[in-house]
Amino acid sequence: MAIAAFGSSQPAKTSGSAAKRAGVVAWVLLLPGLLYLTMFFMVPLVSLLVTSVMAPDPTGAIGVFNYGFDTQAYAHVTVDYLPQIMRSFGYALVATIVALFISYPLAYFVGIRLRTHPLIQKLTLTLVIAPFFISFLLRTIAWKQIFADDAPAMTFVRGALHLDATFHFLGTPGAVVWGLVYNFIPFMTLPLYTSLERLDLRLLEAAGDLYATPAAVFRRITLPLTMPGVISGTLLTFIPITGDYVNASRDFLGSPSTSMIGNMVQADYLQNQDYPSASALSAVLMAIILVIVTIYVKRAGTEDLL
Amino acid sequence: MKSLRLGRLVLPLYSVLALVYLLIPIFYTIAFSFNNSTGRTNTIWQGFTLRKWADVCARQDVCDSVVTSLGISAVSTLVATILGTAIAIALVRYSFKGRSLVSLSLFLPMATPEVVMGAGLAALFYNLNFTQGYTTVILAHIMFCLSFVVVTVKARVQTLDPVLEEAGRDLYANPSQVFWRITFPLLLPGIVAGALLSFVLSFDDFIITYFNSGGALTTFPMFIYVAASKGVPAEVNVIASMVFMLAIVIVVGTQVASNIRQKRLMQVK
Amino acid sequence: MKEFVPAGADLELKNIRKEFPGFTAIEDLDLHIPAGEFFALLGPSGCGKTTTLRIIAGLDEPTSGQVLIGGQDVTFSKPHERQVNTVFQSYALFPHMTILENVAFGLRRRKIEDPLAKATDALNLVELGHVAQRRPQQLSGGQQQRVALARALVNRPSLLLLDEPLGALDLKLRRQMQIELKAIQMEVGLTFLHVTHDQEEAMDMADTVAVMNRGRIEQMGAPEVLYERPKTAFVSKFLGQSNLFVGEVAETSANSLSINVAGSKITVPKERAEKQQGKIAIGVRPEKTMFHRSKPAESSSVNLLGPGQIKDIRFTGVSNQYLIEVPNVGDITVFAQNVGISPVIELGEQVWVSFNVEHAFGLLDLPVGDEE
Repeated sequence: MAIAAFGSSQPAKTSGSAAKRAGVVAWVLLLPGLLYLTMFFMVPLVSLLVTSVMAPDPTGAIGVFNYGFDTQAYAHVTVDYLPQIMRSFGYALVATIVALFISYPLAYFVGIRLRTHPLIQKLTLTLVIAPFFISFLLRTIAWKQIFADDAPAMTFVRGALHLDATFHFLGTPGAVVWGLVYNFIPFMTLPLYTSLERLDLRLLEAAGDLYATPAAVFRRITLPLTMPGVISGTLLTFIPITGDYVNASRDFLGSPSTSMIGNMVQADYLQNQDYPSASALSAVLMAIILVIVTIYVKRAGTEDLL
Repeated sequence: MKSLRLGRLVLPLYSVLALVYLLIPIFYTIAFSFNNSTGRTNTIWQGFTLRKWADVCARQDVCDSVVTSLGISAVSTLVATILGTAIAIALVRYSFKGRSLVSLSLFLPMATPEVVMGAGLAALFYNLNFTQGYTTVILAHIMFCLSFVVVTVKARVQTLDPVLEEAGRDLYANPSQVFWRITFPLLLPGIVAGALLSFVLSFDDFIITYFNSGGALTTFPMFIYVAASKGVPAEVNVIASMVFMLAIVIVVGTQVASNIRQKRLMQVK
Repeated sequence: MKEFVPAGADLELKNIRKEFPGFTAIEDLDLHIPAGEFFALLGPSGCGKTTTLRIIAGLDEPTSGQVLIGGQDVTFSKPHERQVNTVFQSYALFPHMTILENVAFGLRRRKIEDPLAKATDALNLVELGHVAQRRPQQLSGGQQQRVALARALVNRPSLLLLDEPLGALDLKLRRQMQIELKAIQMEVGLTFLHVTHDQEEAMDMADTVAVMNRGRIEQMGAPEVLYERPKTAFVSKFLGQSNLFVGEVAETSANSLSINVAGSKITVPKERAEKQQGKIAIGVRPEKTMFHRSKPAESSSVNLLGPGQIKDIRFTGVSNQYLIEVPNVGDITVFAQNVGISPVIELGEQVWVSFNVEHAFGLLDLPVGDEE
């Protein structure tokens, strides 16, 4: 699905003669990587849970905790950090929708209209992923400087729209969402592109031959057939956004009033050394995400995931 | 008829606008690498200069962080590519039980927020009393790069007709020879793409690295993050621009080269 | 051509059975191909012939049974351990190697001396020496097919397997390749096993043809024998066309037996009847059938049916094909060779149909739909 755009975009060819081979070799190939993932992805999630229920040391020393089962961290994060939790999912929802509306036409253009010019198609796709090649921190800083209160662009906008001199963009939810949309468009565009690129154009022609207007063709043929791409793009965009904290950070596009879950986790973990709280908040986020993924997998199965 | 013409223009126009939007920060970053900035900040345009390009490592700490990043990314990419290629081949060519579980396990790291993975790994190392540093960062990077390598290589494996390997076996190649002389050369473009992707992701990673470096090292993104509050020096822009241009040259170069090669092959029929 | 192995090897399949989850591809296969023969395995898609080929090549293992090549049990040997080579349906040329390297591949794996020289000879044998440095993508289908053949032949295999190698070629090219393949086989004396669904191709090229249906071999023998004396309804319809008549055995004499079909007596010589009691099917080839505008004199050596009506006339260049409907009997197909004088007959005219008793054949089973 997603980043297959990087590889060759030829359709799968098989002569149909060879059934998949069964046997030990499969596991020899799979085990090293799977064990690695188990150790460094699954187990950390368990560690999160373990740490999240650690109790503060009786001496009250900062950063010292003892193993046990103390759910005070969960009580703390679900109540005190509720605004951040709501904000994170709120921003993620808005950003994902905006990203979808920006990405779909772009992906459509590259994946379908440009099919007749393969070289231009590949080059345009390169342009789409070009932002990946510059650190996302720098990209975000660029927007920060473009939207700085005293930047030429802002002065121009204030003048053109006759706004108050105190009008600012940076530090508002708008700026954060803008940054989130920007940084995650490639994650939305690539799965969409993969879906659209594989769409058999003859189906669209057939629909037209059967009296469908362009709008109907889109609604009834293109959209349903590219839905897997839409869904995986949405998942790959929405979920990471919920955990993002760079865009919302005070040093970038946000302010203390736009803080998200990630900002709290970072603060608790790296500054306050409040490991249980940081872990509990991460666990809560992960739990919500697992619910979303489970709903998706139940509906669509796991075949299309990768 | 007129509306039809205009209608057909809407999409390309829209796409161009979207692309411009995507590229603005890039131009901005590259442009400011030429800024004749004095002092700590690089926010106001003070004139064009090549000074920063000429003397990239005037700020030694910038260059050190780049070297650190390069080293970490190289090692992580190597391991992730090997592990990921093996999994991709297994997924496409072999049947085994638990396929759903494997797919899900590979998908989750791509979809999980970096905050969760970073905090989780930090918690793991904390629980194991394992000191954070280069090792923990590399271990972390391999983990999140793995799935992306699998996806990229898997796409390539699916284009490989198994009958070619059967022909190899039929022509007296033992399994090892079939792999090295037939499978591997044909998979190579996909493997390279996967490795490139892994390298880029690793080089650019901030959140997970930040959580697992334990203050013992500074990667390029970490340097930028810390500098964001104080002022990012132009040298950073220079390096980022260099990396960007190198990446673009490689990607565009391979696309154009393969295009030329295809055309040449078609001619001699 | 003297460099090649003087003769191929025997192939023997004993009680081969191949099961896949959900269905059985091969039921109970016994096959013996003598060395040096051009053998065709003929059948419709899905009959199990490709599976059989893969088992012989070693690309699949049988669920039970044995594969013997040159007397040696190779049932569980890997493909690279068998002296067998395959020409694949899709040619399977390695796209990342030159033509010469493709052909030399097997030689290099076996560490044969002078691989490139031998590969060049093989390419010259198929008249493609001049494309040695090109890539497979640059060759046409016919050229690729010949390279695939050279790549297999250069290894002097005891047994050469061809999996519908001519399927993707247009008619003219296919005819040409059939002649070339047969010529090469006779020249080098290897054992060829050719799998195809094209019955004309099989009959044309092979010394022995085996007709396969649903995982079993229904009949095996020289092409003429199979054609003139098919033993089962499937063979009679798959190899050429047949007119089939079904009825209970009514009369039996010293040399022949007859059935009664809607009042007409159809006789078949006993030596050409597989089943001699009960309900049987008797058939005749359309080109051995004639029609008459007036009822001919009855004769004990001729089977006569009719009257019927001409239902359809088709002109296929080589012949005229007439479809005649005889009430209570069915449709009878008659081929009349186009010798320049077409019988001036029109649709709907009434005719009688006859064929010699000696051309009739009696089947072992009944056509589908006529079973008890």
